[in-house]
Amino acid sequence: MARKRKKLAVWKFASCDGCQLSLLDCEDELLAVAGAMRIAYFVEASRATVKGPYDLSLVEGSITTPQDAERIQQVRRASKYLVTIGACATAGGVQALRNFRDVREFINIVYATPEYISALDTSTPISANVKVDFELQGCPINKRQLIEVISAFLNDRKPNTPPHSVCVECKLRGNVCVMVAHGTPCLGPVTHAGCGALCPTYDRGCYGCYGPKETPNTVSLSAWFGGLGVGELDLVQIYRTFNAWAPAFRLESEAHENRDDQS
Amino acid sequence: MKTGTIKVDYLARVEGEGALYIKVKGGKVEDLRLRIFEPPRFFEAFLRGRHYSEAPDITSRICGICPVAYQMSAVHAMEDAFGVEADGQLRALRRLVYCGEWIESHSLHIFMLHAPDFLGYEDAFEMAKDHRAVVERGLRLKKAGNEIMALLGGREIHPINVRVGGFYKPPASRELLGLAEALKRARDEALETVRWTATLDFPDFEQDYEFVALSHPDEYPFNEGRITSNKGLDIAPSEFDEHVIEEQAPYSNALHATLKGRGAYLAGPMARYSLNFDKLSPLAQEAAREAGLSSECRNPFRSVIVRSVEVLYACDEALRIIDEYEAPDRAAVEIVPRAGVGYGCTEAPRGLLYHRYRIDEQGLITDAKIVPPTSQNQKRIEADLRQFVPHYLDLPKEQLTRRCEQAVRNYDPCISCATHFLRLEIEREYRARDDPGGFRHDHRGPAAARAGR
Repeated sequence: MARKRKKLAVWKFASCDGCQLSLLDCEDELLAVAGAMRIAYFVEASRATVKGPYDLSLVEGSITTPQDAERIQQVRRASKYLVTIGACATAGGVQALRNFRDVREFINIVYATPEYISALDTSTPISANVKVDFELQGCPINKRQLIEVISAFLNDRKPNTPPHSVCVECKLRGNVCVMVAHGTPCLGPVTHAGCGALCPTYDRGCYGCYGPKETPNTVSLSAWFGGLGVGELDLVQIYRTFNAWAPAFRLESEAHENRDDQS
Repeated sequence: MKTGTIKVDYLARVEGEGALYIKVKGGKVEDLRLRIFEPPRFFEAFLRGRHYSEAPDITSRICGICPVAYQMSAVHAMEDAFGVEADGQLRALRRLVYCGEWIESHSLHIFMLHAPDFLGYEDAFEMAKDHRAVVERGLRLKKAGNEIMALLGGREIHPINVRVGGFYKPPASRELLGLAEALKRARDEALETVRWTATLDFPDFEQDYEFVALSHPDEYPFNEGRITSNKGLDIAPSEFDEHVIEEQAPYSNALHATLKGRGAYLAGPMARYSLNFDKLSPLAQEAAREAGLSSECRNPFRSVIVRSVEVLYACDEALRIIDEYEAPDRAAVEIVPRAGVGYGCTEAPRGLLYHRYRIDEQGLITDAKIVPPTSQNQKRIEADLRQFVPHYLDLPKEQLTRRCEQAVRNYDPCISCATHFLRLEIEREYRARDDPGGFRHDHRGPAAARAGR
């Protein structure tokens, strides 16, 4: 007797499409995934759509419009498990840089007729809007980790995605520390593992695209950066990129912004 | 369908969120809109105040499918502002990483997004049930492109190794040689792909396009050249703003670009091919001829063949670069920031991608402008549909809708790019299509929704 295939849905909110592309980038596993699960809703890849509810919803992108704030509620209601994929869905993404500024000012810069544009003042992660069952970090996510998450939910087990820092991955790769050896500022000590310590492997400092790890000591790292000659304004910018609205990075950037105001 | 409306609320198998709306009355197209409801993300605004060195990493996040294009246009614009040039093997490596992106992006479009239209499937997964070998070949080709990006860039999406001036760490010769075997296989499969796409059915539909693409005296264009057209345009990237006007349409979150005094134009593979056929490798030229193409292609449905010719060329060119590669003595040329304006224009898989930055003495960005290929093609897609739809009004609505979607997908639109754009709506009467999740979503903002009715 054939087992009923579970239904997979892939949803997009404000994003670059890179994280859902990660699924299509699993060239060796893609047809197996499509065989193991019923791809019920995946607009980037298919015209066919199947009604909910869905067993697993992968959500890419952040909430930036009133319409999307409503749509995510509907996605939640239609999903047994909801997993966010990537920095936009998990932390608000690079578009959350608007949260530190006046969004009308942003709209005026890009659009000649701003009144045609409907946008919220903030870009927020999915978890700020609905209950999320699991968050996969990264800008973009790692496709191996994505396959791990899908197979974990397919088999009712917890995904195995180590919560330690990029630093640990870097040591495992046997890299020479770019900060110790070359004095290059590196966010590896406070950044969530998953990329495989790519930047240090390519002789550059980690720029935090996987977002904060569990319990990151950003205060200490900023002090070390200060010792390397990184100024307060630069410290603000270092934490304000693709995970700017993740609480640990946000608080640290704001701490230096305030200091800059006082000096 | 002589009178009615075609509405596609959420165009599938394109990158990003867009819709199509076509209103037909008495056998004439009364209204037609390609509407982009992808939420805007305001890149030009938050680039202000950022350090010049951050532009390649930040702008790559505009699009997960063509991040290398953003990185390339950004680094060239910055180098233009600072009066430096990354030449020799650094230049060759940039071409190589771009070859990887073209192979990956084009293969995705040919096999996963476009082919199901020609063969009558909803998606590549369904297509694979009957044509498994074809889909698997597409996936292998796609993977070969991704492998180039992963080696040179660290990863396929948002590579981390590209910097203003060059790279963080250029590969060793032996690392590149490791790619050669897979690329030789890919080249054979690309040749088979050209032959296979030539067997598809194409509607007889040719248009008098103004093709716009880079042209370079010695090579098929990736990173450098003048912006040229088949109708006399010949300008430097720094003159782009004087010739291209960007306008906002009330129904779309993407700006529409037109050529001043001339109107809509076409960027992308067909334009590149038609303006630069003689610069393709002999193998790619021969394969194109065998596939029934002349040195110019004016049928947008045949763009699927043109893309496969470009995949073949990119494999050939990648192998040439690898064969001639010697690791450069420095990873990047030295950059001394200075105040000024820089222009960068490169050939993204979907066409011309323009960046302009104004930089201050500290190396901070004070102003940024980015014009992606899809905003340039938007008007041209609408123009194609206006011409195309009247010929097919005898078709039942469902088939007509499919044909219109295919006509849009001819352009491989990249909507995330265009908003830094697609929903199809053709109108008999307004009927909300059953929404897949059992609910209906209207992504349009109130103003856009008002204007859209």
